[in-house]
Amino acid sequence: MNAVTVYVPRDSAALAVDADAVADLLVAECARRGLALNLVRNGSRGMFWLEPLVEVATPQGRVAYGPVAPEDVAGLLDAGFLSGGEHPLRQGLTEQIPYLARQERLTFARMGVTDPLSLADYQAHEGYAGLRRALALALDGDAIVSEVLQSGLRGRGGAAFPAGIKWKTVRGTQAAQKYVVCNADEGDSGTYSDRMTLEGDPFMLIEGMTIAALAVGATRGYVYVRSEYPHAVATLREAIRVATAAGFLGDDVCGSGQAFHLDVRMGAGSYVCGEETAMLESLEGRRGIVRAKPPLPALQGLFGQPTVINNVITFASVPLILARGAAFYKGYGVGRSCGTLPFQLAGNIKQGGLVEKAFGLTLRELLHDFGGGSASGRPIKAVQVGGPLGAYVPASKWDVPLDYEAYADMGAALGHGGIVVHDDTADMAKLARYSMEFCAIESCGKCTPCRIGSTRGVEVIDKIVRNQNRPQQVKLLRDLCDTMLHGSLCAMGGMTPFPVLSALDHYPQDFGLAAPDRKAA
Amino acid sequence: MALSDSTTALGAVLAKWAQEPGGLLPALHEVQELLGWIPPDAVAEIATAFNLSRAEVHGVITYYHHFRSQPAGRHVVQVCRAEACQAMGADALLAHAERRLGCEVHASSADGRYTLEPAFCLGLCASSPSVRVGGRLHARLTPEKFDRVIAALEGVQ
Repeated sequence: MNAVTVYVPRDSAALAVDADAVADLLVAECARRGLALNLVRNGSRGMFWLEPLVEVATPQGRVAYGPVAPEDVAGLLDAGFLSGGEHPLRQGLTEQIPYLARQERLTFARMGVTDPLSLADYQAHEGYAGLRRALALALDGDAIVSEVLQSGLRGRGGAAFPAGIKWKTVRGTQAAQKYVVCNADEGDSGTYSDRMTLEGDPFMLIEGMTIAALAVGATRGYVYVRSEYPHAVATLREAIRVATAAGFLGDDVCGSGQAFHLDVRMGAGSYVCGEETAMLESLEGRRGIVRAKPPLPALQGLFGQPTVINNVITFASVPLILARGAAFYKGYGVGRSCGTLPFQLAGNIKQGGLVEKAFGLTLRELLHDFGGGSASGRPIKAVQVGGPLGAYVPASKWDVPLDYEAYADMGAALGHGGIVVHDDTADMAKLARYSMEFCAIESCGKCTPCRIGSTRGVEVIDKIVRNQNRPQQVKLLRDLCDTMLHGSLCAMGGMTPFPVLSALDHYPQDFGLAAPDRKAA
Repeated sequence: MALSDSTTALGAVLAKWAQEPGGLLPALHEVQELLGWIPPDAVAEIATAFNLSRAEVHGVITYYHHFRSQPAGRHVVQVCRAEACQAMGADALLAHAERRLGCEVHASSADGRYTLEPAFCLGLCASSPSVRVGGRLHARLTPEKFDRVIAALEGVQ
């Protein structure tokens, strides 16, 4: 009998719900029953309510079972799951699960499909097609930069700056040494697409960074990964070792004569190191204090040299753009928001997970069609879009299309695509206080509005809640937020007012104020 | 580890990173991995190796939440306090953890068994609330499941 291939994810979110125990039991139980098993530890499909999601390869396609607890393993084998047999946990063919089938997975096409550390698997699924095209067509750096520019790709870390313009600047700057740095300091609550990429498809990031290096003439690169992601660090390090051994990294990338050396550096629990200049300071071995700009990192970045800095998902989007062309990528999205964004549904949501869709869908579609409503079954009260510095979006705004400009117009931000759902038990004054408290903990201390403003913000919100001169304190809070918005050096202090003011504007009753005026909203 | 062994090991770590551009953070990570924390004696040695003042090294260590200037308890328990976990009851879970472990957050239990810390996002935001105990992650935690995780550490059924 031929061995049956079974997939048990190795993503952190699967490991955190006992995926290792499931895999171990599966191996032991199959051995005991004399069944031949080929176990693959894949990435996660991103349907986290079904994790551990175990898949079985059948002639009809991969059949999913989940969430599988260790105690379910024997029963699944009894039910003949190795041939796709019926069982209460059976979810049908993976590709046909509506949550996945309705997505537009471009960047995440391989996620959960392949073994993250198999270079053969990666290449069998369009991996390294982008780099090969860049090399085979003898694309010079200008052509690569122009392809990225044409695709309309914007920075996926949150600032949404056009990637091609950054690359062009670095390419046009003369220097003996240039760098490519990946910002994998994914500190935003509600986001995990970087982590999934590092753990589930690391070669995609390596390929994207290699293309960037060829485009701008850099020979060294660093990936700055937060210390909260040890599994991601381990997987990425192993992937770099594999890619180097196969000649995709090193002194002579794919025989092109160009060198590109890639290293992983670990952060140390500082949120503000996700800000690019603070990250550079940290990479250079110092406190992660924000630098004033200019000079731009593209001109004077790491160790004072021209540096391309992009987020994981930005680099990860590049291989496909090169492989299929700028026009293909630009065909997705709306307005100036081109391509897709991996939205990450999190918090109090029934079906939390990664949804990659073209820009332009609405929060309502994400929350209801994909998310299935709240996990608690209670009404959804507030949704924080774009991480801890993102605004709370009330139900009246859930039909605004998710694109960078539409969100900016309503005083919100898409950020890194994290979407955190709160049900009607949420106390918005408490969450606003938390935003200020978080800013006080994580502020680097360089600029006064952020360092002092955040601490004063906590005190003022406490006074509002205690009804100590409430009207006066509300005015003071708004004034303070105005100072932070306009006077802070970076987004840490400059965006903390987003969640605070949106909570105050849309949920004033939680602060002891009168309910909002419908007409004014 | 005997004192002399750890001194040699520390020297090896510093020799490895001192000449590397931006080598201080990786060196601090390895020192903490080796000793469990970064003791004051080590700070002086690190400063010498990197040709920095002790104040500069101290400044870096204390800037980052990850680095310890005090030894931790035998088991470090980190409870995520970020928004996605708050939306699923992280505050109540943290209060429960304080009672169960017998220590407040940012502190260690009297018997030195546990250190309880907040985490600001473990990246398991679709499976909230989440906790890390030592090197292991646990998601979709309830107070009951938390107790089972701790009981397993203590070898109690």
